[in-house]
Amino acid sequence: MNGLSNLLEQGQSDGAANPTQETDSAILAALTRRRRRRRWLINALRLLLLVLLIGGWELGTRLGLIDPFFWGRPSGIWQQLVTWVVHGTAQGPLWVQIAVTLEEALLGFLIGVVLGISFGVLLGRNTFLAELLGPYIKAANSIPRVTLAPLFAIGLGLGSQSKIALAVVLVFFIVFFNAFQGVREVDRNLLANARILGANRWQLFREVILPSALTWIIASLHTSFSFALVGAVVGEFVGSIEGIGLMIQNAGATFNANGVFAAMLILAAVALLSEIVITALERRLLRWRPTALSEVTL
Amino acid sequence: MQDSQRKISPSLSPALHSAAQEAPSDRLPKESTPVIELRRVTKRFLTPGGQTYTALRDLSLTVAPGEFCALIGPTGCGKSTTLSLIAGLDTPSAGSVLVMGEEVHGTDPRIGYVFQTDAVFPWKNVLSNVAAGPLFRGVPKREALERARAWIARVGLAGFEDRYPHQLSGGMRKRVALAQTFINEPQILLMDEPFSALDVQTRTLMENELLQLWSALSASVVFVTHDLEEAIALADRVCVLTAGPATVKGIYTIDLPRPRNVAEIRFDPRFVQLYHDIWEDLRDEVMISYERAKQSS
Ligand SMILES: Nc1ncnc2c1ncn2[C@@H]1O[C@H](COP(=O)(O)OP(=O)(O)OP(=O)(O)O)[C@@H](O)[C@H]1O
Ligand SMILES: [Mg+2]
Repeated sequence: MNGLSNLLEQGQSDGAANPTQETDSAILAALTRRRRRRRWLINALRLLLLVLLIGGWELGTRLGLIDPFFWGRPSGIWQQLVTWVVHGTAQGPLWVQIAVTLEEALLGFLIGVVLGISFGVLLGRNTFLAELLGPYIKAANSIPRVTLAPLFAIGLGLGSQSKIALAVVLVFFIVFFNAFQGVREVDRNLLANARILGANRWQLFREVILPSALTWIIASLHTSFSFALVGAVVGEFVGSIEGIGLMIQNAGATFNANGVFAAMLILAAVALLSEIVITALERRLLRWRPTALSEVTL
Repeated sequence: MQDSQRKISPSLSPALHSAAQEAPSDRLPKESTPVIELRRVTKRFLTPGGQTYTALRDLSLTVAPGEFCALIGPTGCGKSTTLSLIAGLDTPSAGSVLVMGEEVHGTDPRIGYVFQTDAVFPWKNVLSNVAAGPLFRGVPKREALERARAWIARVGLAGFEDRYPHQLSGGMRKRVALAQTFINEPQILLMDEPFSALDVQTRTLMENELLQLWSALSASVVFVTHDLEEAIALADRVCVLTAGPATVKGIYTIDLPRPRNVAEIRFDPRFVQLYHDIWEDLRDEVMISYERAKQSS
């Protein structure tokens, strides 16, 4: 209907047609080749690093440079893992221990995230409440919260509840502060634009405030799952009848360094797995962001 | 274009009549209720230092139905503030703002606002961005998307529906913002330097396009700009504001014939004459603003 779109379309087709097809695909092929080679190199170097580290550790203990009584030994750790898998742990089958700890961490994580987002958004949107509660929240945040573990053990017993509670407390503050900040940082221009375009309060929240705060909230999920695990494990240290935390405690009490390392390895695997899930979630929810931000994640 | 439909505001407040008025009075139509009316509006802001800063003082302005009114003034004088008062995003400290004869309370669905800074939603692709308005207003999804596609094509972005704003150039984002506003078919269109980020060629095209859209919508427009040429080329009336606190310094009726071709009208002798006259007025304000900026730095 107008000169503008014609001109723009011309511009587009010019841009696409001018470079010949061959050079285009040649450049693309070269790029993919280079990228693949780079990926391969990095993976190979990573593996080498791992082999060097573990090999050095093993060799060090065999040559007497490192005392395996204190520092464990890779082959010993491996044996411990095999024993646990095959014969189970002192408290029962290994997978039960993993399931218990994972369940505590996961429940604590979910409850903490939901509470954190709810309160963060509430206070972020309500300046009066934020000012009223601000000092108390800061005070609560400055308490080292793992010290609550014995309290929870007294109040909620040795079951999973006390561990979930500790995980919730640890997760809540991280998510809360991020959600709060995220809501506060929402671009006023975007809010004004949405209002002009006709958004009501709920639409404003769902279409502007939440997506905007999500960048902050998701960033907090990475750290908060590890904190949920810490909460579950520390809770088990303090008093429990099963779980990975108890395994670590038992191993420590019996001077079994290999056992401590083996349990740590299991925890690390669990954390890594959750990290993969959260990263996938992030990719999906934050598709709209420039890739440079989310591509290199450690 | 329906030149005869364009009305020139009849009801300037008495204070403004003293200002430079060049309109041949026979072109002024009979009394009609203005679409926008600002009555001695004053706006004060609380500065971080705890003092008040007066951005607008006793600003009076009316815009007639279907009129294209350009606001021009030195940077920081209060143009964006004026628009946000009309849009109902902010309230005046004194005086009153009327839209369609009624005092403004909050935002109004009949008003469209193209913001000075980027205000497209970064988490929505082009299609969802343009469809946002109708969807907010309860239009069924299919129809909203259909209309959005039509508008995207109209601003020359066909084929970019799936892109996210960060994947577009600044000028393309501006066009998304225009489509986002126009799709609601506003009766009042507030535009805050909408084309200042565009290159000269695209800008001229967009200006012509705007004139076409305007005549099709028969909307009233308040168009803020730094650029006097742009103001004269587009508007029925150019309103020069003083360096902050802003008040109306002069109102000039632009009696250039319509339809106009923005690219060519700049060579019209009448255009040159108007430019010369308005610049006389504007220059002093720009100098004041410039001197202030120099002193404070
Ligand atoms: N929220 C605010 N708090 C304090 N001062 C403000 C606020 N908003 C605007 N101002 C002040 O009011 C004055 C007018 O601002 P405004 O944005 O309306 O200027 P403008 O004419 O649109 O300028 P420009 O042409 O550069 O966009 C400025 O001096 C600015 O510092
Ligand atoms: Mg401005």
